Amino acid sequence: MQAVYPLVFSAALFCVGVYGVLSRRNAVLVLMSVELMLASVTINLVTFGAILGTEADPLLTGQVFALFVLAVGAAEVGVGLAIVLLLYRNRASVNIDDADLMKY
Amino acid sequence: MSDFAWLIPAVMALSGLTILLFGKRMPRHGAEIGIVAVGFAFVLAVLVAVQVFSANVAAVAEVEEAHEAEAAAAPVWSIAGREVTLVTEAAQGEEAAEIPAGVSEFRLEQSTELSPIGSGFGIEAGTRIDGLTAMMFLLVTFVSLMVHIYSTGYMHGDPRYTWYFTLLSVFTFSMLLLVIANNLLMVLMGWELVGVCSYLLIGFWWEEKLNSDASIKAFLTTKLGDVGLMVGVVGLWSEFGTFNIAEIFEGVEAGDYSQGLLTFSLLALFIGAVGKSAQFPLHTWLPDAMAGPTPVSALIHAATMVTAGVFLIARLYPVYEASPTALTVIAIIGVITLFAMGLLALVQDDVKRVLAYSTVSQLGYMVAALAFSYTAGIFHLFAHGFFKALLFLGAGSLIHSVHSNNMSDMGGLRKPMPVTFVTFVIGSAALAAIPPLAGFWSKDEVLAGAFGAGGYSGTLVTVLGALGGMITAFYMARVLWLVFGGEFRGNGHPHESPAAMKWPLVALAVPAALIGFVNLPFDFAHPRGFAAWTMFDLAYFEGHPAEFNLLLALGTTLLALVGIAVATAIYRRSEALADDPMLRLGLFTKVLQNKYYLDLLYMGVIVRPLRDRLAPAVYWFNDHVIDRIVYLAGAGTVGLGRVTYRDVDQRGIDGVVNGIGSTANYTGNLLKFAQSGNVQLYAGALFVGVFVLGVLFAVA
Amino acid sequence: MTGQDILMLLVAVIGTASALLVVSSRNVVHSALYLVIALLSVAATFLLLGAEFLAWAQVLVYVGAVVVLILFGLMLTRAPIGPTAQGNELGRALPVGVSVALFGFLAVVIFLAYPSTEIVLVPTPTEALGSVLYVHWAFPFMVLGFFLTVSLIGAIILARKEEGEGPDPYADAVAEVPVPVASDTTGDPTPVGR
Repeated sequence: MQAVYPLVFSAALFCVGVYGVLSRRNAVLVLMSVELMLASVTINLVTFGAILGTEADPLLTGQVFALFVLAVGAAEVGVGLAIVLLLYRNRASVNIDDADLMKY
Repeated sequence: MSDFAWLIPAVMALSGLTILLFGKRMPRHGAEIGIVAVGFAFVLAVLVAVQVFSANVAAVAEVEEAHEAEAAAAPVWSIAGREVTLVTEAAQGEEAAEIPAGVSEFRLEQSTELSPIGSGFGIEAGTRIDGLTAMMFLLVTFVSLMVHIYSTGYMHGDPRYTWYFTLLSVFTFSMLLLVIANNLLMVLMGWELVGVCSYLLIGFWWEEKLNSDASIKAFLTTKLGDVGLMVGVVGLWSEFGTFNIAEIFEGVEAGDYSQGLLTFSLLALFIGAVGKSAQFPLHTWLPDAMAGPTPVSALIHAATMVTAGVFLIARLYPVYEASPTALTVIAIIGVITLFAMGLLALVQDDVKRVLAYSTVSQLGYMVAALAFSYTAGIFHLFAHGFFKALLFLGAGSLIHSVHSNNMSDMGGLRKPMPVTFVTFVIGSAALAAIPPLAGFWSKDEVLAGAFGAGGYSGTLVTVLGALGGMITAFYMARVLWLVFGGEFRGNGHPHESPAAMKWPLVALAVPAALIGFVNLPFDFAHPRGFAAWTMFDLAYFEGHPAEFNLLLALGTTLLALVGIAVATAIYRRSEALADDPMLRLGLFTKVLQNKYYLDLLYMGVIVRPLRDRLAPAVYWFNDHVIDRIVYLAGAGTVGLGRVTYRDVDQRGIDGVVNGIGSTANYTGNLLKFAQSGNVQLYAGALFVGVFVLGVLFAVA
Repeated sequence: MTGQDILMLLVAVIGTASALLVVSSRNVVHSALYLVIALLSVAATFLLLGAEFLAWAQVLVYVGAVVVLILFGLMLTRAPIGPTAQGNELGRALPVGVSVALFGFLAVVIFLAYPSTEIVLVPTPTEALGSVLYVHWAFPFMVLGFFLTVSLIGAIILARKEEGEGPDPYADAVAEVPVPVASDTTGDPTPVGR
């Protein structure tokens, strides 16, 4: 298949994720959007690994990298949710607009 | 000894300073310092005089020995068993003086260069000791010593006693400085200093406006003459390139000068002498200067300061000899002075004024004499110094006793004041040129010199001089009879003066009587000793043998005796001055009493326009124009300051500073919205940045 | 247009659509479920690219663990049940603008960079991946394990309840969102509404 398809797909996912990060009110939803962005990155990595093929990439760097990203992303979600919980506990709200103590 | 002659003025300067600083604390209020200093100076002056005298006489003797053969041709008379050779008047230069090599007159010069960077500008401090200097030393220090001693009595009890003695010392120093100078700048210095001291001393009792007016008049009149002096000094400098007198003489001898400039400079110098020596027409200050204390008149206005002008001409005599025009002018002015001033003495009531006019007249004699003979002029100066000082001190004694200057308050003082009487008579006789007193020999030499020179001016001087001698004798006899004869017309009890005032009179009477004998024109004791002593140039001495005209001498003596006889006849029994026939001569008296209207002339033509028109105009200009400029500058600066403060500083600079602050504030107010606290905004900004960077990298 | 291409396009469309639904759904739980579909489509993409192991690892980790975690998080933070109003303070202009611009840019770049690159579908044997992973990438692998441990511990520490730490958000039975006053709480952990 053409290489552009997965790449464009990942770009689309990424941009949708950006939109979600910027526009959702609930903190957990923001985290979900971040997950989308991570997924797009993973697709990108695997695609490039596939483009290179086994001759140019004997160490399967693309896929291994993607694996690592996967793991890190999972860990990051865990910690992020812990932070959101803490935020909820302190402010009794997960509305991001309410977390504006750093306002001028 | 002459090497140390500079000590003479130096010690007087030191004494002046010491009296000024410490006089008030001393037991005799500073007088002792002055007397010791001037005594020391006198002793030194005597030593210097002796040295110069012996050196010069030895030089003359050497020349005489070389001329023995020629002298044998002159007639020899035998008088009282002694061989007397009469040195007849020989035509000038007929017996050409042959001076053996290596013989010259005494001259000693010491000097230190003062001008910076060898520019050759010629400013130096130096001394010139020759016969003339030695003579002046003697005269000045002796008269000053007498005046110092006299003043301890006369000024006793005066509140400014110490200041008086300070001024006396400073004056003596100034006069000695003038005399010892070897360059014209120092002469000028001494000249001006003497003028200042004279001003201070004449106006010593300045609480009376009359006295301060008189001192200002004296100062300004002599200052007018000083302008001429300075012009003359500069003229000589521009001609010969030096102020040093010896170098100027060399320049004159070299003959490489322009006659016109030389005559002009000499006449200008003479104007200075006219001012200082009270010649016509700048004589008006001297009679008014009698407002000062009498010892001051004796010192300054008889013997020393007024002789400065005569001294100057004598000092520069070789230069004057090169300009017959200048000499003629000098003769004319001198003769006018001597005659006109003598007449003025006839109508005075104040005894000091008589003596003042007499002094002016005698100065005229000296000045006129210099036109014909160096020796005659300065010999008269020398002798006159002594007997005029004597007369003034005697007058002071009279004034002190009677408490009044006027002769109408005196009379019959012969018995109460015998010492004063005797010394005054001796002085008067000397002044009237009665032989064998000093005045006879000196005045006679003057007239003989003029007569011998002949010509228009010479004859004029001889005739008027002789007549002037008669007038002198007349008015001095008048004074004697009015003061010492008849009955006492005043109030109170006249008494003899205290010792401090008596003994100087006696001391001065001796030279007044005898000093003539040092310059006898005969071969007796020291023939022409004075001339030899004061000669400035051996060639001149040899070329100008002594003048003695027996007929002339007898004639003038006769005239003097006639004058005395007439005065005696008139004033022998005078009771009141109102009977004085001198005052009843109508127009003659009137003109004389108004001093030829000269004072009125000067006042109207010179003083009033300057003082009442020019000076206020200049003052107005200064006040309204120049000061206004200054004021405007000040106001302008104030305005500038105000503008700078208000606009530049407050609006401009502070505005900038405040503006920066408010701009920062405003910008901050705008920028604060970036700190919204909204995390999504931050994320949004981040992604925008990513996009921009991505585009940039892609494009690049 | 091979079958691979068609499948790829299909997967892409499904994935994008579900992603859009994630970010625009009014019900938060629905968003989470749409996320599942999106992630599954990502796994399908991996299969189409030949990374078999990765695809199933993706399903395991993400769909299996992460989504569950998210759902737990939603539960613990009292996510509202049913549709809620959307829209945050920021408005719509910025997010839309930024994402559209970014997509446009990325698309242009991709089309310019890889206009005609072909990907040959060669399935990667898991054995090969394993041998590479444990031999060549051993060190990063161990670091990864360490890292996961650390994050686990960190998450526990962060989220555990301390005594006297703040109000009990569960004290209130009604799921209302009290509006905190920002002025009197600057950094210290004592919240308002005590």
